[in-house]
Amino acid sequence: MSVLTIVGAVGDLVAIACFIQGLILLNAPSTARAGNRLAMAGMAIAMIFAAWQTLGAAAVPIVVGILVGGAIGVVAAMRVKMTAMPQMVALYNGAGGGAAALVSMVEFYHIVGTAGQGDPVVRVSLVLSAIIGCISFTGSIIAFLKLQELMTGRPITYPGQQFVNGIVALAVAALAVWLIGFDGETTWWCFPLLLVLACGLGKLFVLPIGGADMPVVISLLNSFTGLAVAITGFEIDSTLLIICGALVGASGTLLTVMMGKAMNRPLTNVLFGAFGAQGGAEVASASGGPQNVKSTSADDVAIMLAYAQKVMVVPGYGMAVAQAQHSVKALADQLEKRGVKVSYAIHPVAGRMPGHMNVLLAEANVPYPALLDMEDANPEFPTTDVALVIGANDVTNPAARNVTSSPIYGMPILDVDKAGNVIVLKRSMRSGFAGIENPLYELDNTSMLFGDAKASVDELTAAVKAL
Amino acid sequence: MDINAFLGLLTVLVLAIFVGFAVISKVPTTLHTPLMSATNAIHGVVVIGAMVAAAALYANGAPAPWLRVAATIAVTLGAINVFGGFAVTERMLQMFKRKESPK
Repeated sequence: MSVLTIVGAVGDLVAIACFIQGLILLNAPSTARAGNRLAMAGMAIAMIFAAWQTLGAAAVPIVVGILVGGAIGVVAAMRVKMTAMPQMVALYNGAGGGAAALVSMVEFYHIVGTAGQGDPVVRVSLVLSAIIGCISFTGSIIAFLKLQELMTGRPITYPGQQFVNGIVALAVAALAVWLIGFDGETTWWCFPLLLVLACGLGKLFVLPIGGADMPVVISLLNSFTGLAVAITGFEIDSTLLIICGALVGASGTLLTVMMGKAMNRPLTNVLFGAFGAQGGAEVASASGGPQNVKSTSADDVAIMLAYAQKVMVVPGYGMAVAQAQHSVKALADQLEKRGVKVSYAIHPVAGRMPGHMNVLLAEANVPYPALLDMEDANPEFPTTDVALVIGANDVTNPAARNVTSSPIYGMPILDVDKAGNVIVLKRSMRSGFAGIENPLYELDNTSMLFGDAKASVDELTAAVKAL
Repeated sequence: MDINAFLGLLTVLVLAIFVGFAVISKVPTTLHTPLMSATNAIHGVVVIGAMVAAAALYANGAPAPWLRVAATIAVTLGAINVFGGFAVTERMLQMFKRKESPK
């Protein structure tokens, strides 16, 4: 073992320790930043040692790649709006998956080029990491397009879809098996075909999944990329890649399972259920939707809020879309000046990413003790005077408790209907992403305040101030 | 790869998965988005895989132009993942910076 290799291995070890300690520091808001910095330092160390060993051989692709990729990554990260975070993370995740797939391809031709077959472990790793990386790549791009609303957020389904997906999956599997036994002479052209098919599979896989289920999909694709990276580690004999990939795979899987539990739906239902496609069709054909809805004005709501003792804000994706988080905070400040206690009830799947609402409210300087999890928020609703639902829909739908025919029956929800008054801020009576009617809107203690969430909240703040 | 080397790597993989579960399961909901973003950046370590693969490819002599392009794109995508991932996490966490409000 040369000195260079040993020093490189020690560098990797330091990097790994930084990553794990960094993740441990991410356990608390006060140390989270230090955690991210530590992980960054670990990555810098690992990259410097890797550059030291590889730059001599392949300076051009490495320097060009790091400069171009680094510039794109940093500039995009600095420019993106906080509300667009979920799709940005999806894109970066896709880039990682694509990189893993391309590394496998380059390794494959490296082996073919040296007229070898590689050993079985490497051959299996090459094929698996290429497939999973490609699925993650195109799957993430579709998730991005859906979240950015460049394509419909509704599930895209067509007759025989499962059959088509099954055929593509089988083709990928067959090609994979053939490639694992490759001899380098006759099968060299198969690898790009494998990449193309696996990319197709990733696209087909995410198309039928609705926008509301994207938190689950993004977590899952994150764990896929982790897995692909771990397998890449077996190709190039790198414990660094294996450990990093495994950490990410574990975390992505854990978040995916937690999201599924929060919606009380098995993962298979999320992935293959085309959730909301049917409901969407029904709503489109239904005549006008709910009938007994009370509409109210900002002035009335302002009085109600100003003379309440306890107000619970229930934010959802609508708040993110309208970028209303700062306005919400301004309203809360006005109310708190008048002695009203304002808290926030956060459903685990509110928004488009795990913890999405928490980040947005943190951006608006809402103190985190005011943010309540579902378990802590629900006992509070019966003593809450006003529940202010801002752009949340399905997570407040009481049908989940008692309507067995509802697609979301059994999903744990926020019990907003138990509050003294419920004010729902909504653009229109259009149903939510899942396309399900919400009986909450027809309750006696519910009033609707129609309009853009941000504009409505600003009006409320002005009206409270004027009181 | 001889069987001992393979088993060694497999052991590392399995232990790392356990470490991952143990560390991540303690993260509070408030931090789930930064957590996901940070782990996302960590799997950007694949950029090192891309660097190693590129070096191995070039070590064989000058590779075909399309393979050079593929190797460059692999490094580029990996770099986007690493730099973008950490930068975006840093931006998110800046929002958690402010002092705890006295309760």
